[in-house]
Amino acid sequence: MSEGIGAAVKRKEDKRFITGAGRYTDDIRLENQAYAAFVRSPHAHAKVTGIDKSAAEAMEGVLAVLDGKQLTGDGIGNIICGWAITSKDGSPMNMGAWSALATDKVRYVGDAVVAVIAETKAQALAAAEAVDVSYEELPVAANIGAALADGAPQIHDNAPGNVIYDWEIGELQATDDAIAGAAHVTEMDITNNRLSPNAMEPRSAITKYDAAEDHYTLYTTSQNPHVARLVLSAFYQVAPEHKLRVIAPDVGGGFGSKIYIYPEEIVCLWAALKTKRSIKWTADRTEAFLTDAHGRDHVTNAKMGFDADGNIVGFKVSTKANFGAYMSLFSSAVPTYLYATLLSGTYNIPNIYAEVLAVYSNTVPVDAYRGAGRPEASYVVERMMETAAREMGKDPAELRRQNFVREFPHQTPVIMNYDSGDFEGNLNQAMEAADWAGFEGRKAQSAANGKLRGIGMACYIEACGIAPSAAVGSLGAGVGLWESAEVRVNPVGTIEILTGSHSHGQGHETTFAQVVADRFGVPLDSIQIVHGDTDKVQFGMGTYGSRSGPVGMSAIVKALDKVEAKVKKIGAHLLEEPEENIVIEEGTVKATGTNKALGWHEIGLAAYTAHNLPPDMEPGLKEGAFYDPLNFTFPMGCFICEVEVDPETGKTEILKFVASDDFGVIINPMIVEGQVHGGIAQGVGQALLEEVVYDADGQQLSASYMDYTMPRADDVPSYDVLHHNTKCTTNPLGMKGCGEAGAIGSPPAVINAITNAIGNNDISMPATPAKVWAAINSAKMAAE
Amino acid sequence: MTTVSMTVNGKVAAAVVEDRTLLVDFIREHLRLTGTHVGCDTSQCGACVVHVNGKAVKSCTMLAAAADGAEVTTIEGVANGDLHPMQKAFNDNHGLQCGFCTPGMIMTGIDMVNRYKAEGKTLDEKAIRHELEGNICRCTGYHNIVKSISQAAGEM
Repeated sequence: MSEGIGAAVKRKEDKRFITGAGRYTDDIRLENQAYAAFVRSPHAHAKVTGIDKSAAEAMEGVLAVLDGKQLTGDGIGNIICGWAITSKDGSPMNMGAWSALATDKVRYVGDAVVAVIAETKAQALAAAEAVDVSYEELPVAANIGAALADGAPQIHDNAPGNVIYDWEIGELQATDDAIAGAAHVTEMDITNNRLSPNAMEPRSAITKYDAAEDHYTLYTTSQNPHVARLVLSAFYQVAPEHKLRVIAPDVGGGFGSKIYIYPEEIVCLWAALKTKRSIKWTADRTEAFLTDAHGRDHVTNAKMGFDADGNIVGFKVSTKANFGAYMSLFSSAVPTYLYATLLSGTYNIPNIYAEVLAVYSNTVPVDAYRGAGRPEASYVVERMMETAAREMGKDPAELRRQNFVREFPHQTPVIMNYDSGDFEGNLNQAMEAADWAGFEGRKAQSAANGKLRGIGMACYIEACGIAPSAAVGSLGAGVGLWESAEVRVNPVGTIEILTGSHSHGQGHETTFAQVVADRFGVPLDSIQIVHGDTDKVQFGMGTYGSRSGPVGMSAIVKALDKVEAKVKKIGAHLLEEPEENIVIEEGTVKATGTNKALGWHEIGLAAYTAHNLPPDMEPGLKEGAFYDPLNFTFPMGCFICEVEVDPETGKTEILKFVASDDFGVIINPMIVEGQVHGGIAQGVGQALLEEVVYDADGQQLSASYMDYTMPRADDVPSYDVLHHNTKCTTNPLGMKGCGEAGAIGSPPAVINAITNAIGNNDISMPATPAKVWAAINSAKMAAE
Repeated sequence: MTTVSMTVNGKVAAAVVEDRTLLVDFIREHLRLTGTHVGCDTSQCGACVVHVNGKAVKSCTMLAAAADGAEVTTIEGVANGDLHPMQKAFNDNHGLQCGFCTPGMIMTGIDMVNRYKAEGKTLDEKAIRHELEGNICRCTGYHNIVKSISQAAGEM
């Protein structure tokens, strides 16, 4: 089946994008549309002592100047975090209030204070400049250290010491005992640098209020329009769910940053009601740096104990996670259930204990960014393994091999139950492709040219397909993480698939159609994927956590099962053959052992004319399904990076990057490889280039593309992407998910290569030329 | 206010615009050709690349008034009945994911190939990566964009 599962079909959705016919939110213009601009705090921490709107209100084209007291006065609720985490002592997390427009206090540079609505964008921006907000500046805590220091400024009254929670997982005593009795203990302090997701399409929202129907429409750059509608209705009381339509049209990348419901969407919906005008807001890039949720920002101490043979006996991890100024939608889950639960890596570790201190600071809120917790875990585990191997004088590949999990299912000490994998198979495949054995020769060649060559690996594992609803509910999630699908077979046999997943680059319009084509043998062109509109799709949890394959497609499979059952009943009735003899092949419904057959379209027509259906059968051919996953899925793999460092400049060049992944069953290898390429580039960006930098006053120094180093084409190599797949045992297609793996496995592989090259393990991300040069020279000085 | 008149995708486009109107805003907001995108405010990302008198220009760096009298081609004007070889190459090689940077990449790619051909130079992987310095993509890791431009270079 050339268009079915496993075929590298070219993407159906490409045509509109390559011809300029994509329809992103900012491309849409509604009738009677006005524009919003936000007045944002220039201070990281200050009391708002007064707002003088008079000058702005008098300006040409200004329709409204709206503040936080009006917003809360109209009953608009605070922004919430949807995952409750309980501290070690049993106390609930300390969530501070977050109003979409600040009322009495601002807590980060960029915090929205006033919204100006005007006829044109230029008028709105000019009037925003004229709003005079008076502030009384307060002391600032711009990082974890400052937020936890004695006498640190109190950012939220109900979070004493700026601590949101102090959480733990695993067995403390057993882990301490195991490490105390270890033959060798490796200890490291590891920082995971703060990143900005930087989807190329800036966030945007357009809102419309229909007074006659008392109905709202929101066009927005969302990865999960139904979640947005639910939260906007149930928690922010902007509009009841049945009176709010959320449309996420073409969305230009998300990487997590477009999961959350931000102040701007709330304010624009409310402002549409206030002004009876459609309202558009589109972020500029600096606004994106100042307001899109950031990612990572962990500081960790880790201790790993080994017995005399090199077997891991215990792993103890203490992490401090910077949450920024407010708790974003899924922020609390990221450094806990998406991080500490992956600290067993690909290894047999009998004892694990992790504690996580979640901390407020006067910075942009931090939430899930591609990988979300799992890159942080992979970075800790894989830097520890590499360092331990070097300290013990063992081959890093062999130390990993020796400790690999080999039997499945495997229950780790930190919740996760791995269902499948062949870790050694991926390791071997990657080492062969990277010519690991020939490295010493290449290193000598580099040395002859005055360069330092290094090789490093990372054997990551992650948890995708989030997630079994009852399980995440028991861990504090406020929502279930199932997915829904509806299959509509039309009277002429064409098929529409309505899905709660959302495609913003992942290629669902192609891969989801491939699953259907594979099942019924109908042409890909006869299948349309419908997503991103709450009026069309009944409900869905959206796309993040590499869940569209393992969860979204599983829902489609479940609905296809129901369609298939009904088609077979209709076929049996029309062909006058027993149902068990009916098969669907190549778009034809056949009775085996006979030459009787019906075209696919004939079944559709029969279902809708309903002239001759089995007794008691309802007309029509439309089935829906909700799929709740049985377990997380566990993509894993081995990445190997080879670098050359110029000791004169400290500049690192990546010479080779090999990825061997286990994604289970793959629908479209072309698209899967594309996901891996993009993920690796983001991971290489984290390792070498990217960092959100704040000064001590909480001013973001990296808030434009002139200051924040995005990976460009000549910063990254071509990638060798390979697969060694084992089927996932817990979902119908056997898929594991592939969206985040590249960003999870690559940072430790790059840093392990650099530290191998320069002979100094003390380096933090991003490993800029300045840092690498300093590390080379400090190692030299130490040696001298 | 300034009167501007230019040829965009073969059609005359004239309007009275504010003096400060950028070419990208003229294209997007006045002509409603929304294939040309805005991804940053500092002329770094290249999502807004169009051709002005046959050369790739970031349309956010140019005033509409400065393009008065010019021949402008946007992504909407590239296909001539059939897809342009550069457009086809991006589809063939999975050179796009979310599609937001894609119009700028295609316009840059066409300009790059034209220049190298005119100068008789070879457009190898290293040259393509160097030439893409002004275009940022967050989805593809550039691997398949490089392949796409390389394929089109052989076909243009």
